[in-house]
Amino acid sequence: MTSPKKDWLTKRKALPSCEHLFLHHVNKMGKIEWAMWANEQALASGLILLTGGIVGVAGQFRGWEFAAYAVAAGVFVCLLEYPRSKRAKGTSMERSGQHCFTVCVKAFGPLTRNYYVRAFLHAGVCVPGGFMLATVLGCVCLGIASLIYLAAAIRGEHWEPILPRKDTRKPVAESIKNPPQNPPPRPPPETRRKGKDVEGAAYDNPMSVTDDE
Amino acid sequence: MTHWIIYVKPSGFTLKKGKKRSTSSLSSNKTRLIMGNFAANEGLSIFVILVWLGINAYLFVQFYRAFLVERWFYTRVLLGQALPWARAPAACLNFNCLLILLPVCRNLLSFLRGSIQYCSRTAARQLDRNLTFHKLVAYMIAFHTAVHIIAHLFNFEFFMDAQLNRNSSYLPFVLSEIGTGDNASFLNPIRSNETNPTIVMFTTIAGLTGVVITLALILIITSSMEVIRRSYFEVFWYTHHLFVIFFIGLVFHGYGRIVRGQTLASLQTNKPDNCADRFEDWGKNASGCDVPEFAGNPPGTWQWVLASMILYVFERLVRIYRSHQKVVITKVVMHPSKTLELQMKKKGFRMEVGQYVFIQCPSVSRLEWHPFTLTSAPEEDYFSAHIRIVGDWTQALYEACGGDKTEQQEAWKLPKVAIDGPFGTASEDVFHYEVVMLVGAGIGVTPFASILKSVWYKHIQNNQEVFTKKIYFYWLCPETEAFEWFADLLQSLERQMADKNMADFLSYNIYLTRWKQTEAAHFRVHHEAENDPITGLKQKTLYGKPNWDNEFTNIASKHPGSKVGVFLCGPPQLGKSLEKQCLSHSEADVKFIFNKENF
Repeated sequence: MTSPKKDWLTKRKALPSCEHLFLHHVNKMGKIEWAMWANEQALASGLILLTGGIVGVAGQFRGWEFAAYAVAAGVFVCLLEYPRSKRAKGTSMERSGQHCFTVCVKAFGPLTRNYYVRAFLHAGVCVPGGFMLATVLGCVCLGIASLIYLAAAIRGEHWEPILPRKDTRKPVAESIKNPPQNPPPRPPPETRRKGKDVEGAAYDNPMSVTDDE
Repeated sequence: MTHWIIYVKPSGFTLKKGKKRSTSSLSSNKTRLIMGNFAANEGLSIFVILVWLGINAYLFVQFYRAFLVERWFYTRVLLGQALPWARAPAACLNFNCLLILLPVCRNLLSFLRGSIQYCSRTAARQLDRNLTFHKLVAYMIAFHTAVHIIAHLFNFEFFMDAQLNRNSSYLPFVLSEIGTGDNASFLNPIRSNETNPTIVMFTTIAGLTGVVITLALILIITSSMEVIRRSYFEVFWYTHHLFVIFFIGLVFHGYGRIVRGQTLASLQTNKPDNCADRFEDWGKNASGCDVPEFAGNPPGTWQWVLASMILYVFERLVRIYRSHQKVVITKVVMHPSKTLELQMKKKGFRMEVGQYVFIQCPSVSRLEWHPFTLTSAPEEDYFSAHIRIVGDWTQALYEACGGDKTEQQEAWKLPKVAIDGPFGTASEDVFHYEVVMLVGAGIGVTPFASILKSVWYKHIQNNQEVFTKKIYFYWLCPETEAFEWFADLLQSLERQMADKNMADFLSYNIYLTRWKQTEAAHFRVHHEAENDPITGLKQKTLYGKPNWDNEFTNIASKHPGSKVGVFLCGPPQLGKSLEKQCLSHSEADVKFIFNKENF
């Protein structure tokens, strides 16, 4: 009847000193989804590639072409990795504003859904970064992310978009009708006792009794 | 039809009777209360953060300026301002790496807390925010690492430039050629033009250790993100141990002495002011300028971090020692709501209300320690923890304790456990108020088990001396399943209080914030029963969220002229709304004091 409540137990901020409670008690350590970590690592790598690339281009370093490539590659990786996948088990935490990215990434279908593709894609994208000092770090980090994605793919994980659930209201069964809006029928005037004001005793709902307010 | 009978509008109409007061006195009272509350809760934290930032800024500026002196003149000819931009964050990194190990020495902190608690509770509570500080320092390390690396990228580029521009009338090249013979007094660590910065980086100690420790740092940070930490604790915990590699690499990072300045002896024979322009005449008899000689600074990082590393090693040794101290499980209780209660005894164990311990079970995992709030009162002769079974480790512990077997376990079959702790500041402030409001949301109710039991024990042991006369307890819970063990506790307290004719000492309200249609029908049918159909308690379960305005008003009217302590363990939004209620209901005759950081 209301919008889906976020389970606050897995929300980001707990009271600072309550933290020990939430370190463990909500720990769903059952199956580790490597893709979640691979995603964090890949996003970080994208940012590092981007930064290295900007430094290389702005400083006009030798091999700045690789730096320019790194800027583009960094942006691409960030865009691809920004939308988090839906978790197989447990609540999924969206990144803020990820909805439009989710829609874009989803549009590529199996290319983005499959983690083998992502692993090899990242491995390929990172290679040119190794040719210049400024982008070497981004290259290695993205390589590590690619390995973690490979591990995730081997374990059968895949990317699922987090989309808002459409609330389907249960259709109200036919037998449940609104409470009566009209007063009950009064007896015919001839059976009414003289002097009694039966009109004033008519039933009137003091306030609306539907729950659609 | 079922909808409108049970549906409760959350936080709807208020029944507050407005009292007319002069607005000016009210607002100045409120301002004082706000400031007082703020200062009490946040003041010390803000002070500590400001001091820390101040030291960072000071170190940055000091070390920046230290590289603007004459000794580094020729180095700056090659590198420009990129040199001090690399050295300044290096100093800040030394400082922050010293700090980062300290907040996680929980036994050391526990010892400090015990000593400080007698002087100042506020100061003691600051130590509970150790993890927050650890994270702040980590972010600062990440920031300074970024600045340091970017500056060094420029440095490498400039060093390479100097070697590639092979022109004897170009000072950077002349400087780079120094020391080619003996390989000792050189300035430019890139010794030839047939290499490139990437190769140089991987063939110098500084470069190699730099890459390794930066990678370690990045892996530590990505695996410490909230999502990973809360859901895949093992990944977080094991990856975090890369900090060992980080510190070893950090200490050896400066051993190559790659940052070189003019030696003091050389400064006598070659003053940059005079000699810089006459570089083509260096070493010639008439010039008065010798060829300058350069050397690197001895590595200094170890001086900063050694003490912290030793303290941390000591901390781990203490943990190992404590893990070998005998802990006996005296009773195992399986509660229906997938909760395992362990009652334990350990020699010399002393706890206070609201504290927590780390539990390790070697037969389940030798390396994992998990924190649990203590649910027993200090007055009991055992200590207990209620463990919810939500993951691998807890499931394995459950099976090791015989949870999946139907017959009772023999005492000797129970697994060995180890305890570290107790940690956390005691929540003894609860006992300093005459009237207390305790609010627990969901799993946040756990520390209150300890508090309620302790208050009750204090009452039956020495009746007159207990200051607390009335407790209002609010438990907000999304579902009924987690109720059982706590409901049992409340039931037993209810019985004991009735026996002692103190039935109105504790007034509790349980709010179901989420419920199913099928359950709703059941509640409707049993609405008139004496005991609550869910908990079996005499006081009924309520649905939806509490109307705090009403609650505060009621309490205020029942206890005029008193101070009411409000304690919360739950989500921060609830904390904010409670704080607002405390402020708005604190008037001349009754004061609500919100205690923010007791848990």
